[in-house]
Amino acid sequence: MNTFELLGQGLIAALQVQNLIYALIGVTLGTAVGVLPGIGPALTVALLLPVTYNLDPAGSLIMFAGIYYGGMYGGSTTSILLNTPGESASIVTALEGNKMARQGRGGPALATAAIGSFIAGLIATLGLAFIAPFVVKFALSFGPADYFALMILAFVTVSAAFGDSPLRGLTALFIGLGLGIIGIDQQTGQTRLAFGVLDLLDGIEVTTLAVALFAIGETLKTAADREQVEASVMAVKGSVWMTLEDWKRSWGSWLRGTFIGFPIGAMPAGGADIASFLSYSAEKSFAKKPEEFGHGAIEGVAGPEAANNASAAGTLVPLLTLGLPTTATAAIMLAGFQQFGLQPGPLLFANNASLVWALIASLLIANFMLLVLNLPLIGLWVKLLTIPKPWLYAGILVFATLGTLGANGAMSMGFGSVRISFELVLLLVFGVLGYLLRRFGYPIAPVVVGLILGPMAEQQLRRALSISQGDPAVLFHSPISLVLYAVAIIAVLLPMIMRMRGKGAVLGQLASDED
Amino acid sequence: MSVGQSNSTRRPDGAALVIAVILAAISIIIFWQTSQMRVPPIQQRVGPTVFPYIVAAGLGLLAIGTLISALRNGFPARSKDDYGPIAWIIGGLVAQILLLSTAGFSVATGVLFALTAKGFGRGPLWQTIPIGVIFSFIVWFIFARGLQLSLPMGPVERFIVTGSF
Repeated sequence: MNTFELLGQGLIAALQVQNLIYALIGVTLGTAVGVLPGIGPALTVALLLPVTYNLDPAGSLIMFAGIYYGGMYGGSTTSILLNTPGESASIVTALEGNKMARQGRGGPALATAAIGSFIAGLIATLGLAFIAPFVVKFALSFGPADYFALMILAFVTVSAAFGDSPLRGLTALFIGLGLGIIGIDQQTGQTRLAFGVLDLLDGIEVTTLAVALFAIGETLKTAADREQVEASVMAVKGSVWMTLEDWKRSWGSWLRGTFIGFPIGAMPAGGADIASFLSYSAEKSFAKKPEEFGHGAIEGVAGPEAANNASAAGTLVPLLTLGLPTTATAAIMLAGFQQFGLQPGPLLFANNASLVWALIASLLIANFMLLVLNLPLIGLWVKLLTIPKPWLYAGILVFATLGTLGANGAMSMGFGSVRISFELVLLLVFGVLGYLLRRFGYPIAPVVVGLILGPMAEQQLRRALSISQGDPAVLFHSPISLVLYAVAIIAVLLPMIMRMRGKGAVLGQLASDED
Repeated sequence: MSVGQSNSTRRPDGAALVIAVILAAISIIIFWQTSQMRVPPIQQRVGPTVFPYIVAAGLGLLAIGTLISALRNGFPARSKDDYGPIAWIIGGLVAQILLLSTAGFSVATGVLFALTAKGFGRGPLWQTIPIGVIFSFIVWFIFARGLQLSLPMGPVERFIVTGSF
């Protein structure tokens, strides 16, 4: 069957009422969390995993993907109206978008962000549909050593290539890898680093770590930081419609943003924030009126917003075809697949073709839903920004602990009549870790990716080594793995050269990789 | 903790030194724990100890890197954080953990809600605790009853749902 037929069948499945409802819930929640500062798509998917345990796998995954897409749309609203990005991929949008809002052009800024996100999402999802089968065919020839090389590449791009310090990125990654060792070894049944604690035998839950680092860590940091200024919400004045000139200036930026964002997400070359940043610098050099940049240039909103949506769709290429997460949200979606006993990778396309294509097709539908949610209903989302911080963060902690208890609420420890949930203790410990990581400038995403990808990398490494009877030279035998290692080395060296040429500050803005 | 603001002082960054020590300690713990494992001879080369040793070695190198970075003041300037709000929020989480098994989800989580709000400067507690308990009960009802999530019950939940303690 060719891609058109598969996609057509996926569309029929996606148009079932049940799946439409899941998609609608996903994009609505996604937009809401994208708008709210302090919570992002990664945290939301992590919180919803326990809730969806008893639900339909296809529907739940459609909902998660909807949250991912919605988060990318919603983040722009906060950036434009509040100058506080709702998620890290929208940091760049704030540069021009908030300036536009201050000039009373908040409406067109929101419109170009929403339409750009729509166009990018549409093109990039189609790109996903047509590229995925080729990657799958290619991936079927991968041996364990190639997979291991691929994971090394993912480790490097997630932790060292971007952000302001490879040292701190790698440290965050190795904390995640260390946490991934804890528990019973899958292949030999031996216990590692459990220190005699029974609750640790199953290992550290990805969801617990993610919820703690994102929700608790962020709450502690926001509460403690005295220098954080209370930003005021800009009201949307005037028409939300774009003028003819706005359209003329935007469409090229949308397309450029799409073609920058999609490959970056797909390659695994990093998250949406990198894509949006590169798009911003591209727009700046392409602009007919470069002097407007910094004072509310519409291209500076249109391009990056298209880029971050395109890269979210691109991220799904390695996730679905190779089982390789390259952002925190993708890592938690991988945990979602595993919760339902599904392992993303080439075999998923063979064994669960209908599910995969329904998921891809529903992303196309989710995109239409998001356009409706974000243009006519924009006023509704702006109201979310007026929730006072004490109630917002108190509510976030209620849901964070609720999700953790729901996933694993066993009260296995305690003294006397007081029983204690070990999972909540872990949540507290990792929450403090999340605060410290933020305080000392460590990125969060590599910890989460390290925890989920570490055990997978170990498995491939041991497979490769047992085929060669322990000879590490096997890792460098195949041309595929050599190419992947070469790309990994370039990914480390290129930003270093850029940094030396005095572009360190702009790379530093990408440090808070949290999408 | 010292705050490394300027490069001109050239004083080592104390907090970063502590981080380097912690990383080194974790590395040593992983080495030591892994060396304690009894591995059958057939798994000596490709067994469950290979990967932990790699991670421990990596952490050791990163500890050295962090040490160098600390001596050179390579860490970014830090905001002056207030520890009062952190104490309130951590206190809320600890209170919830201790109260859950006896008082139930609504009361324990209500206390967490109120103490978190307090950390953000919203009080007084005699007002925010009842608000938190009511909010948490609504959340409990939706998730435990509606979505069949297993959440601990206490006297409050039992009384409202079944009519008796």
